[in-house]
Amino acid sequence: MIKFFKKDKLGALSFFVLVFLYLAILFASFLSPYEKNYSNRKLSYAPPSNIYMITPEGKISAPYTYNWVRKFNPHTLNLDFSEDRSQRHYLKFFGEGFEYKLFGIFKTKRHFITTDTNGGLHFLGCDINGRDNFSRLLYGGRISLTIGFLALLISFPIGLIYGGISGYFGGVIDNILMRISEAVMSIPTFYLLIILAAILPSNMTSQERFALITIILAFIGWAGFARVVRGMVLSIKNEDYVKAAKSIGQTDFKIILRHILPQTSSYVIIAIALSIPSFILAESGLSFLGLGIQQPDASWGNMLKEAQEFANIMYRPWLLAPGFLIFIAVLSYNIIGDTIRDVLDPKSKTC
Amino acid sequence: MPIWMYIFKRILQSVPIIILVTLISFFLIRLSPVDPLAELKLNPAVSKQTVEHEIKRLGLDKPILFQYFYWGKNFIKGDMGTTTTGEKVSSKIKERAANTLILSLNVIFWTWIIGIPLGIIAALNYRSIFDRLLTLFSSAGMAIPSFFFAVLLLIFAQKTGLFPIGGLTSANFYTLSAVNKILDILHHLFLPTFVLTTLSLAGLSRQMRANLLDVLDSDYVKYAIAKGIPRKKVIIKHALRNAVNPLVTMLGFEFAGLLSGAALTEYVFQYPGLGRLILEAVMKSDINLVMAGLVIGSLMLVLGNIISDILLRLVDPRVGAN
Repeated sequence: MIKFFKKDKLGALSFFVLVFLYLAILFASFLSPYEKNYSNRKLSYAPPSNIYMITPEGKISAPYTYNWVRKFNPHTLNLDFSEDRSQRHYLKFFGEGFEYKLFGIFKTKRHFITTDTNGGLHFLGCDINGRDNFSRLLYGGRISLTIGFLALLISFPIGLIYGGISGYFGGVIDNILMRISEAVMSIPTFYLLIILAAILPSNMTSQERFALITIILAFIGWAGFARVVRGMVLSIKNEDYVKAAKSIGQTDFKIILRHILPQTSSYVIIAIALSIPSFILAESGLSFLGLGIQQPDASWGNMLKEAQEFANIMYRPWLLAPGFLIFIAVLSYNIIGDTIRDVLDPKSKTC
Repeated sequence: MPIWMYIFKRILQSVPIIILVTLISFFLIRLSPVDPLAELKLNPAVSKQTVEHEIKRLGLDKPILFQYFYWGKNFIKGDMGTTTTGEKVSSKIKERAANTLILSLNVIFWTWIIGIPLGIIAALNYRSIFDRLLTLFSSAGMAIPSFFFAVLLLIFAQKTGLFPIGGLTSANFYTLSAVNKILDILHHLFLPTFVLTTLSLAGLSRQMRANLLDVLDSDYVKYAIAKGIPRKKVIIKHALRNAVNPLVTMLGFEFAGLLSGAALTEYVFQYPGLGRLILEAVMKSDINLVMAGLVIGSLMLVLGNIISDILLRLVDPRVGAN
């Protein structure tokens, strides 16, 4: 793998990008200057803070920023933001901010970057509720980048066992199981997704909702996967070692689990690598429509919901940041998936 | 087996699948805790008779399995009930499904027209700069969320004023002449088509490239070249024909992906398609509409698969042989 990364520079780059992203969400509370739900109504739709290194007198100084002041402009009827130049707020590294628990264990107040208590530091501006976009991006990544993994943990075992049983037993069982999976595949994926999401009761806690969205995502992925596994099992089950296991009295269930399914592992790994991005995209699409993760929780999809408003995408481009992050994460996964396929399946030339 | 027998067999095969689809959809929707007629009852424009007719039609006073059969019977007759606003579901679905079909066929057309040549060029210049660039761009095309891409294009449309911001027709559509009407629709179709084509282009061009590489590696192509047939002729006459076959099989899947992918794009562009209809129906918990939309969408998908299977038999004589 390492050797391969040396040759495949793009794969290596994608790998580092993903490691970087996952580290960022792991340390989200350390890196973000504000709490996820911190909100300052006066800063509704405030643009990103400008960071200055050179004072108006032309001297180099430690980086500082100004606060935004909101003012009603009677000519354009807009709320305009201007910088309050009277006070500089210097950036502080490892300064104190809100209290949190690192990894859920260590209580601390230190943050990577903050500013004075009366200063505002918003790298990517604020949303409609005056919440810090940059901090929410980090917290939102926790949901967007992990939900795919969790959905995989549900959908792949189902697909494996379903396909395994179907292929191994054949006959009527195979026929029935395959017709069911075909039926599930015949419903357009996204229609199924939104309908499943819509029948969720609205009075759930955010944890329950997260869990159920994960299950829903898992529900759409298994059928196609099960069919391919079945095809592989069909060809494997006639191998001599399977017959040998049968002849010494091994149970069917054990044969499937111990002797047949492990043979499909290289395909499974490739399929996993290539399906994580589709889960990420599915979650973001659902949340974008307001059917996935709900406010006040953040996910990249539901942050992009603001992009549905025309004024936002025209005049507040910083609200589009989550879209670029989804793009980068999915792209990296795709490239790594290709790399893994090249390693495990050198015959394929799709890279 | 003659082709018409095959078509007949294929249609028969898909009947149980469609029944299963309706069963799954029906029970999924009935799982939801909403009263299917809640909005109809609250709408003052809908008469009491309509509500009572609906209760009878859906068999809501009977057990759920009966309800399914009632629904099925009515569906086959073409009666899909009324929406919460009192319109006929069937006429609404018909119009929207046609719009989605226009969009999808348009996208498939452009994907093939652009994707296949790209794949061929990449395969013939294996590991060249063009090949690498195509791989990179197609990865990027697959990675960008459709709705986000659509939003970016909306910004572009607004800034340049080159394209309409959404919908399928302009406000003055009915005053236009026939030619201008078509032009107007094409103008509105451009951006949604562009988004969806970019997304599916990636998969198709990669597949084409991989197929052609496989075929070029096969013995009969090597033999043909060894025999002294010019390379160009070998590629066009022997390699391409066989490389395209797997793409025909993919056509069905592509159509499936389009139906799903189009929902979000339709939503952003306010395109009057089936996906957006279902989405709005889901949000308003308009049960009749959701159910009908889901089944029609699935029917379109199954039909797409059948058509691609038939096409494959027509272009690849080996398939029918066994």
